[in-house]
Amino acid sequence: MKLNSPLQVYKYLPKINCGKCGEKTCMAFASRLVDRSKKIEDCQILLQDKEKFLQLAELLAPEIREITAGVGDRKVRIGGDDVLHRHQLTFFNPTVLAYDVWDTMEEVALIERVKKISEFKKFYVGHYLKLDMIAVRSTGESAAKFKSCVEKVTEVSTLPVMLCSFDPTVLKAGLEVCADKKPVLYAATKDNWEQVSKLALEYHVPVVLFSEGDLDSLKTLAVSFNRLGINDIILDPGTYPEGAQLKSTFENFIKLRRAGIKESQKEIAYPIMAAPITAWMIDNDPTPTSYLEAALASIFMIKYADIMLLHSIEPHALLSEVYMRETMYTDPRTPLKVDSGVYKIGNPTKDSPVITTSNFALTYYTVESDLSSGRIDCYLASVNTDGIGVEAAVAGRQFTAAKIKETFDEAGFDFKEKTSHNTIILPGLAARLQGDLEDVMGIKVLIGPVDSNQIPGWMDKNWL
Amino acid sequence: MSKELTLAEVIELLNNVEVEALEGVTFEGDIEIEIDESVMNFREEANKLIESRFAVGTVNEWTTAIEEVTIGATPANGGSRGHAVTVGGEKALPYYFDSEMKNPTCVVAIDVFDMPIQLAKSVRTSYEDVMESPSDWAKKVVSEYHADMIALHLISTDPKRKDASASEASKTVEDVLQAVDVPIIISGSGTHKKDPEVLEKAAEVSEGERCLIASANPDNDYERVAAAANKYGHVLLSWTQLEINAQKELNRKLIKHCGVSRDRIVMDPTTAALGYGLDYAYSNVERIRLAGLTGDKELNFPTLSVSSNAWNAREAWMISSPLKEDSNWGEREHRGLIWEAATGFALALAGCELFMMMHPGSAQLLKKITRMLGGSINEEKTDLSNWITKLII
Repeated sequence: MKLNSPLQVYKYLPKINCGKCGEKTCMAFASRLVDRSKKIEDCQILLQDKEKFLQLAELLAPEIREITAGVGDRKVRIGGDDVLHRHQLTFFNPTVLAYDVWDTMEEVALIERVKKISEFKKFYVGHYLKLDMIAVRSTGESAAKFKSCVEKVTEVSTLPVMLCSFDPTVLKAGLEVCADKKPVLYAATKDNWEQVSKLALEYHVPVVLFSEGDLDSLKTLAVSFNRLGINDIILDPGTYPEGAQLKSTFENFIKLRRAGIKESQKEIAYPIMAAPITAWMIDNDPTPTSYLEAALASIFMIKYADIMLLHSIEPHALLSEVYMRETMYTDPRTPLKVDSGVYKIGNPTKDSPVITTSNFALTYYTVESDLSSGRIDCYLASVNTDGIGVEAAVAGRQFTAAKIKETFDEAGFDFKEKTSHNTIILPGLAARLQGDLEDVMGIKVLIGPVDSNQIPGWMDKNWL
Repeated sequence: MSKELTLAEVIELLNNVEVEALEGVTFEGDIEIEIDESVMNFREEANKLIESRFAVGTVNEWTTAIEEVTIGATPANGGSRGHAVTVGGEKALPYYFDSEMKNPTCVVAIDVFDMPIQLAKSVRTSYEDVMESPSDWAKKVVSEYHADMIALHLISTDPKRKDASASEASKTVEDVLQAVDVPIIISGSGTHKKDPEVLEKAAEVSEGERCLIASANPDNDYERVAAAANKYGHVLLSWTQLEINAQKELNRKLIKHCGVSRDRIVMDPTTAALGYGLDYAYSNVERIRLAGLTGDKELNFPTLSVSSNAWNAREAWMISSPLKEDSNWGEREHRGLIWEAATGFALALAGCELFMMMHPGSAQLLKKITRMLGGSINEEKTDLSNWITKLII
């Protein structure tokens, strides 16, 4: 964005501190606009002053254009980044993960695959990681076949779709049945751009521009589309799956993003698409090819892909992909911790165990979910370790007997009153605190398992 | 209006706030419309592309090269290693085109332990037959798994394990140096009290081999470890936990107070596993590398990633999800391999050039991809035109 200090933004605000945006002052609102945790639409006064509103909107627009695809709950935002390195602010709009289906699939297999993609979920720090998009790939047989495949996919799933073909008649056939769902068109090239640009204009859908490893022609397409009034553009510079060509692909991604953000080259400041799926052009041995594809996914998730087209839906590939995306897009400004305190899991009674862990969100949610799914009624104490995991916090002295006592004291948790056993369970990784804790709290201390998934088994043996 | 807007700008502004149409709007006053030549041409030639050239600059702020550090000494340099490994020397982020990557950007050391240890099943299968003998273990990782280096962990010295003495452990160091001729990393058991003594003895028996001694850290007697590394001609690992300032401070102390020379420091700012703090580890290393490149002489050292920490993640080793709500986790053999490699990819792109790893498959995948990014593998070329219909599925 062109403005980067709250003071600069403040000048454009009404300066009346009306509080309708949820912030106490216009200055506070200005800071939230700069760190992008609020939108200018939240200022009702500004909304009435169109001129100022538009001026500020322009100045606050992210360096990389943000576009949307799909409709409803599963609508996605693509692009919108402002920095080259996540620690400089944060990366916005997690890489959209699209997985392919193709128009020669048998209906049963097609539906099964679409469902697998749509329903995939993995619990992580209090929420579920999911996949975002289905790419319908034309195998070139016929436009009618493609059309019916798209129709089936959008019937079965609410995920946004990407229509993949270099043949404008095929793309048009797909659009005819799903234009209202705002699909992404893949792709316009130097050969088909005229017809594809017409489709993008006619149906108001975002379009991917594809150029095989050549940034001059990619820019040529982007400039030309922009001149035609098409701004919802995604750039695919071609993802080569191996060799020196992979090196040039990597460099192209860096060049495009650097031009967009560091050099503010507006005509090329669009979201970028990677296609690790091209791994399947050089091999189809499922395991090694899925490794290569997942490796490419990691590389381009880290370096700048805003949307990604993939093939393997083997769990090992999916898990690493959604985790790497989470890694890159977790907001580094928000510490990953939960409030310390003593929480009830299920319906604990006086005979229920009291278990301790750190307040690192990841640890806490992992333990909590293991306890919940093991149906163990208990108290779970999240000790204030400054958001550090148990093992490191024991070494770094953020997890100590005194800290544990503090947590229970602050929560007003009295072992004599709340429990019949006067016993606390330490994580296996904090075993060395046992003696200290017995002295400091005057209670019985048991050493639990090293990993919380073993708690149910441990309970059977050690808790009667 | 304080600013003159062109029609195109107005449309752009409206587009930005997703206004598709304005109703009941009239323009008052004079409207000047400038039509430049290119628009005229465009009207005439809507069926022609507007030819453009793409160009982007290099990063000027990267003024400082990462120190070059050599691990391992060949007979010519007073050691007995078959080859030495040099890392560092680059003046850009890994694999960036701004400057050439002078040395190998991804050197993998495979872990060897001096006594049997509990390992994830998919790792254990590779080492089951050699676990009782560190020498055989070392030989296997070099001959079968093509490790560039080995990382020997003297965990038997841990008072909670065997509490082996420093001299007992150093015997293993001698054996391993005999068994293989790659450069080695010698690591203690992670026990802050005992490690300095153990590493001192290990440094002594490996004098002149230019090993990487792991580690000096803020919680142990790093002066003693540094003195041993200096005295016996080794390289020192400077280990801190996910904190750039702590890393800077320790490096400064090692250089200024302990007299460690700049070409003998490697940093380990800590690697957390994918899903378990890798975001911190990635950004920490990236910040350290950027600081080094832009001139911070207390941070421009080669960097090591203990990517084998990936096996701490339950997603890497557990047979299936403990949560019934999760989708199927699939085969753990594949999952674990990717988990360790992915952890490595993130750190490789953040700025690490040395890696400690465990799964041979992960090490191979990391090396293969990073060598391609480094430009040193040239396979057959792939033709992407019409790729949509050319997948072999």
